[in-house]
Amino acid sequence: MKTDPAGVLTGSHYLDGDFACAEGAMAAGCRFVAGYPITPSTEVVERISRRFPRMGGTFIQMEDELASMAAVVGAAWTGTKSMTVTSGPGFSLMMENIGLAAMMETPCVVVNVQRGGPSTGLPTMVGQADMMQARWGSHGDYEVIALSPESPQEAFDLTIEAFNLAERYRVPVLMMMDECVGHMTEKVVIPPAERIDIVPRRLTGQAPPDFRPYHVNGQDIPEFARAGDGYRFHTTGLTHDERGYPVMSGDCQETCVRRLVEKIRDHADDIARYEEQDVEGADVVLVTYGITARVAQMAMEMAREQGIKVGMIRLLVVWPFPETRIRELAERVKALVVPEINYGQVVLEVERCARGRVPAVLVPHGGGGVHDPERIVEAVVGALR
Amino acid sequence: MSTVTDARVEDTIPEDEHPIAPFLRMDRIPHIWCPTCGIGTVVKCFASALQESGVDVNKVSIVSGIGCTGRVAGYMKLDAFHSTHGRAIPFATGLKLGRPELLVTVFSGDGDLAGIGGNHFIHAARRRMDLLVVLVNNFIYGMTGGQNAPTTPLTARSSTMPYGNFEPPFNLPHLAASSGATYVARWTCLHIRRLTRSFKEAIGRRGFRFIEVIAPCSTLYARLNKLGTGFDLMRFYHDNSEIRHGAPTSEVDIDFQGRIICGKFVDQQKPTFLDLMHDHYGKMLGDKYVPMPPEGGWIHE
Repeated sequence: MKTDPAGVLTGSHYLDGDFACAEGAMAAGCRFVAGYPITPSTEVVERISRRFPRMGGTFIQMEDELASMAAVVGAAWTGTKSMTVTSGPGFSLMMENIGLAAMMETPCVVVNVQRGGPSTGLPTMVGQADMMQARWGSHGDYEVIALSPESPQEAFDLTIEAFNLAERYRVPVLMMMDECVGHMTEKVVIPPAERIDIVPRRLTGQAPPDFRPYHVNGQDIPEFARAGDGYRFHTTGLTHDERGYPVMSGDCQETCVRRLVEKIRDHADDIARYEEQDVEGADVVLVTYGITARVAQMAMEMAREQGIKVGMIRLLVVWPFPETRIRELAERVKALVVPEINYGQVVLEVERCARGRVPAVLVPHGGGGVHDPERIVEAVVGALR
Repeated sequence: MSTVTDARVEDTIPEDEHPIAPFLRMDRIPHIWCPTCGIGTVVKCFASALQESGVDVNKVSIVSGIGCTGRVAGYMKLDAFHSTHGRAIPFATGLKLGRPELLVTVFSGDGDLAGIGGNHFIHAARRRMDLLVVLVNNFIYGMTGGQNAPTTPLTARSSTMPYGNFEPPFNLPHLAASSGATYVARWTCLHIRRLTRSFKEAIGRRGFRFIEVIAPCSTLYARLNKLGTGFDLMRFYHDNSEIRHGAPTSEVDIDFQGRIICGKFVDQQKPTFLDLMHDHYGKMLGDKYVPMPPEGGWIHE
């Protein structure tokens, strides 16, 4: 279906990534945001708090990130599309209720504008070191979807996509921005509402007495009932059966948690989104995401000037990992080179998918800035030596 | 989408059924609570209050955290959310703001709401969030085995204060009232009629409403402190309570096996979070202010 025009600021704008993300959320139909101030993400909620009262949305600044995430899960159960926004330290606090969202199969979006860590780290400066936390940060087994934009335009586009994926798969979707993209100002084109496709909540058509909140009927994903529609359903963070009732057994755990994992893993190829450049015939492929993709672009051009055949794959969806495609690439190149603003996170997945056939070479960066493209070129040269 | 509107459960009770059975998930009974635990009577009082108040039960949500009282949501036949430890109030805040027409209640224990969730408690009271918060206080962490709580009276024993508690406890009505609650009451779980009446009254009020119910933990608190059975303790609390409506909340501390001041301490009408928000944006933005509809934000279908 098409989105609600009330949230769409159609036109060409000059926006930073944080503002563009905010516009993406509003354009996607998000009407509830709970947040807690944290650099470098705060501009997202500042824009939303200014615009929401004009479009039937409610923003609340909660007492902390634990509360923000809990409120988002609660609001999502009313059917109102919901989001929270944070950076590393707040992301750590949100992990508890991101797990709850995963367990209750709650569609919602969490934006993390990444800064340098660990702990308070570099509040105003870039990092990409929360990528594994996004994947594994809450305890127990679950799957999420994580997106990574490289520009303000993409922050807008992917935020809409994040809401749509959250609805389709009933998972928390993590917008893994970074400080550079968040604070970079570029042209952002916002299309008219009639050109923005939205995935609506899949509301059940069953009568309340027959409704079981986690009955999937051979599908991957159950139908949804909103609080207040007469279903009087139960949901819990405990391991539960299809009625949403706690069942403390290994058998129930197997049914409940396996589906949480498989509903994403089985659709990894459908969810995967990446862009490739000059991959055909390349000896080395750079595997990149977020702001680092733009630095890698320059490195790729520099290496090609030296006569090295370098290509690039840029991941727009990082989790689930595009395993199929990385495996294919590993069959035909001599090395995969992974620049990222951390000391080795996504490279571990690349290495796993390469299965020892070719080296997966990390180009690390501690944060506080982006890579010097020369370092990436050196890594490419080194990988071929 | 099929939706039942304005369901009043009293119309649908068969004659041979317990009057509150329609409010319970009978397919989950028997419950997990110990014999002579006080939580069951609190649930009974709450269900009676819902029934007598005639509210549309389809619009009532209940949120619990974790712990013995945290299981209440699981037994109530309402839209029910068994959330994370300490986070029932912010979860409930999201429900209320996401669909403002809902009557959102929170049922949880002292450890959940005043311990790990203490920060959320004072902030929800401060902003007068439209929630009815019921805190069953058994002076101890029951589910995990009798550890010290922020409500354990001085000198009382718990499994992590084996020589007796030396930390001063919270006076919860005072905490709620001083944080901004619009309705504050305390009863014991044997004040059946008064507690039911208090629930009914609070259901009819708006803003942050707080009801503390003193209940025995028969298995741990009573045993660790050699206080007899749960029923002995239930009766002790009831018999040693003193009803003082309007008592200054600063004077309602609970000492170990001391008097328990009960009653309604605060009942004042003040604008709630949503009232304040609507009024303020209305003033600042005029016709440009578009409040979220009562049924939720841009719900389409």
